[in-house]
Amino acid sequence: MSNALAAADVVTQFVCRQGDRCLVLSHRLQQCITHAPQLEEELAIANIALDLLGQARSLYTYAAGRIGPDLTEDDLAFGRDADEFWPPALVEQPNTDFALVMGRQLLHDLWADELWRAMRSSTDPTLAAIAGKAAKETAYHLLHASTWVVTLGDSTPEAHDRMSAALTALWPFVDELFSTDDLVASVAALGVAPDPATLRRSWDARLDAILEDATLTRPTGQARPPTGRDRCSDDLRAVIDELHELHAQHPGARW
Amino acid sequence: MTVATSTDGELFEVFVRPRRGVSHIHAGSVHAASAALALQYGRDLFTRRLEGVSIWVVPASAVTASQPDDADGLFAPAEDKDFRYPGYYELPDGIENI
Repeated sequence: MSNALAAADVVTQFVCRQGDRCLVLSHRLQQCITHAPQLEEELAIANIALDLLGQARSLYTYAAGRIGPDLTEDDLAFGRDADEFWPPALVEQPNTDFALVMGRQLLHDLWADELWRAMRSSTDPTLAAIAGKAAKETAYHLLHASTWVVTLGDSTPEAHDRMSAALTALWPFVDELFSTDDLVASVAALGVAPDPATLRRSWDARLDAILEDATLTRPTGQARPPTGRDRCSDDLRAVIDELHELHAQHPGARW
Repeated sequence: MTVATSTDGELFEVFVRPRRGVSHIHAGSVHAASAALALQYGRDLFTRRLEGVSIWVVPASAVTASQPDDADGLFAPAEDKDFRYPGYYELPDGIENI
């Protein structure tokens, strides 16, 4: 599996990487199930997790089909070691409290909203179609996350402080979203996806407007230095191991 | 911004308009920290299968409701007023519809 993906073209690898982002964030949200502050919010989080899982499935299905006719989405989701997943570190961050869950969602959804809207005009028609559907879902996710960040930020001193602390904790992982490596540069050159650096200006402006409503200020922490992909983080390995548990014990299990 | 004072938040009644041209219909209720969140929860709970084109949420505390004990005084008198039904009236010759 890993060799097939490593040998695949840049578009396939990029699609798979986007699938990794959606799958890992979906799983982080699924870990909130039975831990949400109220039943209504639990349903909202589950809905968003399910949307992200659907996006991951579309992306993996497309990537698998490009690698070979015998591969499926499950091969990409369950047939790879944690080392072979490549999500941005932001979406790996553990659920320490509700403020962090919503802060992580806000920073991600704002970025994903910019990405999907730009990718609706991708030169790859399948990706453009996936982006069209995902853009609508993401607009709602963003609305929900920004509502909570504003609600918590402009609330009691404890809520304000915890929201502020969550954004500070997440801030070191923001720059990675807008960074470029060889793969990202290649797909940008093909017109398949935007150069993420071009999304930053709009992302910054929209985030500042939300933070102003929330009476919060933008964190000033330094970006985490890139670790390279020699080894995946413990957080990512924990997510992937949990995700793979059922499949490892019962290969090919179905509902 | 109203500060939520309990973990459950306020109770909101949710009304969904199934399609353009018809009225909003009561769909259920949700707890939420704000009206904006109540709207999102209403969407999540009651429009999952394309049931709606518009949602209203109203604080349950803003709804004044009739009491079951008052039903006789409020509704029963209508039973005796047959002139309120079209069948009460005789149509003149040559008129087929009221």
